[in-house]
Amino acid sequence: MFEQHIGKCSNKVKNIVESGAVKKFAEAIGDPHPIFIDEETGKKSRYQRNIAPPTFPRVFDFGVIDGLNLPKKGLIHGEQVFHYVRPLIVGEEIFCWLKVEDYVEKTGKSGKMGFLVLKGFGEDPTGEIIFTSKQTIIITEAVRKEMIV
Amino acid sequence: MNSLSDLQEGKSLQVIQLKPVSRLDLIKYAGASGDYNPIHTIDEEARKAGLPGIIAHGMWTMGNLAKLFTPYYHEGFVKDYSVRFIGKVFLNDVITLKATLKEKFDQQYRFDVAAVNQHDSEVVKGEVIFSKY
Repeated sequence: MFEQHIGKCSNKVKNIVESGAVKKFAEAIGDPHPIFIDEETGKKSRYQRNIAPPTFPRVFDFGVIDGLNLPKKGLIHGEQVFHYVRPLIVGEEIFCWLKVEDYVEKTGKSGKMGFLVLKGFGEDPTGEIIFTSKQTIIITEAVRKEMIV
Repeated sequence: MNSLSDLQEGKSLQVIQLKPVSRLDLIKYAGASGDYNPIHTIDEEARKAGLPGIIAHGMWTMGNLAKLFTPYYHEGFVKDYSVRFIGKVFLNDVITLKATLKEKFDQQYRFDVAAVNQHDSEVVKGEVIFSKY
């Protein structure tokens, strides 16, 4: 049902690794470590700035993939991968976009399930990729039916 | 354990046990992440989705699990972090975070990581490659 979208990309969106957002995020995952939120600790560190936790890209805007309309409800997050060249640095600009990597359907005990793989990219202003991500979304039979109706 | 270099293959980092999952934890994560899917915050919506009650965002658990590595930020960084979400996390569940060093190669430390609930079931399972500077 999403096969025709494989290979499509979203528009690139500029994101800023904003210090307030990093602080709020670090607190929300129970990790308010000084390297994320204390300016002095950041200054004394390798990057001379605070860094962001590895799952912080959840906050970023990755743009919109034309024609890909996912249901708002009922999706299951199956897998998540992050790969980094270096940590995200507070204050930097990261340009993010998504690509539909794959879509397959498998029949299991609860009916036919769809597996949608979205690859995310984050690059710095010079065009160097800083991180990639991959999320596998499971679309259950019940949700598929609702989408067709 | 002050340095990861002292950790031998097969050994684990000090486990972290989280406080029982509260609704406020999930409301905070929804706000901080921008993921407002109501199955994580509103009982009625969770029930409509066929769940007995609200469940934690998988990314909340994955985010928590990464904090095992934060104390070592001066030695390196999390280069690769991959997980599967294999079980649901409900309100009041008590989650324990674990990481075991599987191998060291070329300054890369590969860990098996897991978040386990109070019934000893893994809810999140995966791998971290910590890259030393």
